Amino acid sequence: MSDITIFKARKILTMIPNRPEATHVAVREGRILGAGSLEDLAGWGAYALDERFADKVLMPGFVEGHAHTMEGSAWNRVYCGWFDRMDPDGKVWSGLKSVDAVLDRLRAAEAALSDPAAPLAGWQFDPLYMPGAVFSRHELDRVSTTRPVAVLHASGHILVANSVALEMAGLLREGINHQSYPLGEDGLPTGILLGPEARLAIARHVGMAEAIATNAESDLRAFSRLCVRTGTTTITDLAAQLPEPGVVSMVAVTQQPDWPVRLVPFRTFLGMKPEALIAEVQRLAGLSHDKLRLGGIKIHVDGSIQGFTARLRWPGYFNGAPNGLWYIAPEHLTEILERALAARVPVHLHTNGDQATQLVLETLEAALQKHPSPDHRFTLQHCQLADAAQLRQAARLGMCVNLFANHIYYWGEQHYAQTVGPERARRMNACRTALDAGAPLAIHCDAPVTPLGPLFTAWCAVNRISSEGRVLGPEECITVHEALRAITLGAAHTLHLDGELGSIETGKRADFAVLEEDPTAVAPEALKDVRVWGTVLGGVAFQAGTV
Amino acid sequence: MSESPLPVTLLGGYLGAGKTTLVNHLLRHAEGQRLAVLVNDFGDLPIDADLIEARDEDLMTLAGGCVCCTVGDDLGETLRALCARDPRPDQLLIETSGVALPGALAGALSLMRDVALAAVVVLVDAETAPARAEDPYLGDTIRRQIEQADLIVLTKPDLAGAAGLDRARALVAALHPAAAVVEAVEGRVPPALILGPRPRLGEDAAAPETPGHDSLLFRPARPLDARALARGLADPALGVLRAKGVFVDDTGALRLVQGVGARVRLSPPPKGARPGVVVIGRAGGLDAGGLAALFGVSGR
Repeated sequence: MSDITIFKARKILTMIPNRPEATHVAVREGRILGAGSLEDLAGWGAYALDERFADKVLMPGFVEGHAHTMEGSAWNRVYCGWFDRMDPDGKVWSGLKSVDAVLDRLRAAEAALSDPAAPLAGWQFDPLYMPGAVFSRHELDRVSTTRPVAVLHASGHILVANSVALEMAGLLREGINHQSYPLGEDGLPTGILLGPEARLAIARHVGMAEAIATNAESDLRAFSRLCVRTGTTTITDLAAQLPEPGVVSMVAVTQQPDWPVRLVPFRTFLGMKPEALIAEVQRLAGLSHDKLRLGGIKIHVDGSIQGFTARLRWPGYFNGAPNGLWYIAPEHLTEILERALAARVPVHLHTNGDQATQLVLETLEAALQKHPSPDHRFTLQHCQLADAAQLRQAARLGMCVNLFANHIYYWGEQHYAQTVGPERARRMNACRTALDAGAPLAIHCDAPVTPLGPLFTAWCAVNRISSEGRVLGPEECITVHEALRAITLGAAHTLHLDGELGSIETGKRADFAVLEEDPTAVAPEALKDVRVWGTVLGGVAFQAGTV
Repeated sequence: MSESPLPVTLLGGYLGAGKTTLVNHLLRHAEGQRLAVLVNDFGDLPIDADLIEARDEDLMTLAGGCVCCTVGDDLGETLRALCARDPRPDQLLIETSGVALPGALAGALSLMRDVALAAVVVLVDAETAPARAEDPYLGDTIRRQIEQADLIVLTKPDLAGAAGLDRARALVAALHPAAAVVEAVEGRVPPALILGPRPRLGEDAAAPETPGHDSLLFRPARPLDARALARGLADPALGVLRAKGVFVDDTGALRLVQGVGARVRLSPPPKGARPGVVVIGRAGGLDAGGLAALFGVSGR
């Protein structure tokens, strides 16, 4: 009896230069013995030939370097978005192009609720694409006048609540005078709540107050199903609160034999002094196993560009909005970076605006003087507005960049017209410049902010097309091969896993994305349409729709 | 619960401005008030060890019935849990992170049913603030914190030196002329200035002890125009840093007035309240004559 399996495929894209393509890959003990022709591999000894992928294309399993397991629980709410989006069960929810369509879907979900007091919540509503659309409590009152209903905008910054929800919060009254609560002609709030703080009074009435970090098994499972559907075999949870019950759940679920993805959670810097934070992630690192890698820290340095909370350098926002918000003080940042370098703890830093990026570059440069660290790979996450000089400096400092390629498609038009204007919109998420600067590059989706789908993310970086079809900065486009590398070896590099994952070669884990078409053979504009059969993780096949 | 909303004071200011020192000072001089303190910065619980009676996972029990906890993931839920405590805290103090702008949170709190925003207090380090206000990274944050304050505590005036203190005063005056401003060495501020005076409502009522500051008690003899009173208390010319008390308005109804800097609020009075308004100002800074005219009485 053999413990070697040789998978035969139509084509295997290995992502290694000395043997870019193969037809067979041999697997033993969950790891790759080698790839090549059947003759090349037969010398390893007796094998079982597995031909189920004979008409498929294998790639290294995709690595998503910036996502959130919250994508799993997000689907407990009603999808109200403009774009088609696939749920964990493979159902594609059509994008909704009118307020009436949104209300119809909410009404259908409402009718399916058995508990008459249960709140109903929707997500991803995006009126930016519906000029003139009115969406206030009056519209949501057409969904229910007896239960609380609320819908979160795609930006995450605006919540719309119905009259019942407002009444429960004591907000359906005259005399409210607050910029976050616009009033209607009747002098009562419209139910449109501007900004995350404005939600404070109402969150618990609409089912949006429950802790986000419980990592319930059902939510993690939903998340993993999406991973399999998109060919993703390694994915981050960036950042996680990681309270003890959430960690316990995560450790247990990821150890189940049929758990299909390697999860890499980074703990948020919030809630602990730097010294305790380092100790905590070192403790967490000890809980790691094959399919769960703990031990990193994620720091939020600023907010978001489309929410006007990112920190920008001069000349700031195109529409004149005041500069954004710092989420960490420079002294605090310095202390965490110094301690992390000394303890060899990896840190990933959310910087959307170029001023936030600059603060990190300067702070890390100084910290490295004190604690030289030849291979720290601290990673700038999003890093959307970094210019060429910043990307060169990042590379010199040994940093990686994980750029938010999906933003070009989903918010490119807003960036062009409102947030940063045409010039900076054309060089946002500058993948070409990053590669030319020698910065190790990954690209990401930030699910649930945009949908999980590494091939779509690669398509964004290759084509730089906005949702309206405008090509934003063709000079920053990268090749299909470069983009495929970014979603495999590139992202693995940012996680210190490139020696273990990200290519199909001897010694690496047998993690594959199983594709119906060859992404290097289709037109670059069709990269996003390449169909995914499922994945192989550690030599075990997971077909989409069966996990 | 039909209790009146829990008063909330926001305590903002950059790292090192002295928020922790002030919190500990307030806890030491709570004078029987049950304070609940919510802390945020770096997430630790920076309470002096001798004040701590017990601590569990989420909450620290302090001397005198006070408690302290971190803001955590969900401020709304934390507030709800504190409001539901028995006995309920008398005052809630939220220490914001060093880079937070208190304005948005203040706005949101002002609309929550269980709590009522009492004041936004921002601590400004007199020694470092003038330079930080020009910092390319932090300048606008420091300036916006000052602009969003009702009451500004200039800390470390002793370390700033005379010229430095003048620069800090000028910074604050230029950014926010209407703010009430006090200066404090090592957090030593009369608690009544931060948390509001507690007029003892009865025949023996007296102005509270406010070391280093003047306080006056007015008992208006006749009904007052509520709007005119509110405008007057907010007028910097009278020197009122903080005011609280009950008066009869010109419809004959009892009203509670609470003022901090330019923020003056009118609301229904607590049960059993009798007329009497306490005002606090800097030593020698209150315009007693102007105030007496405002209240329609002779001072005292």
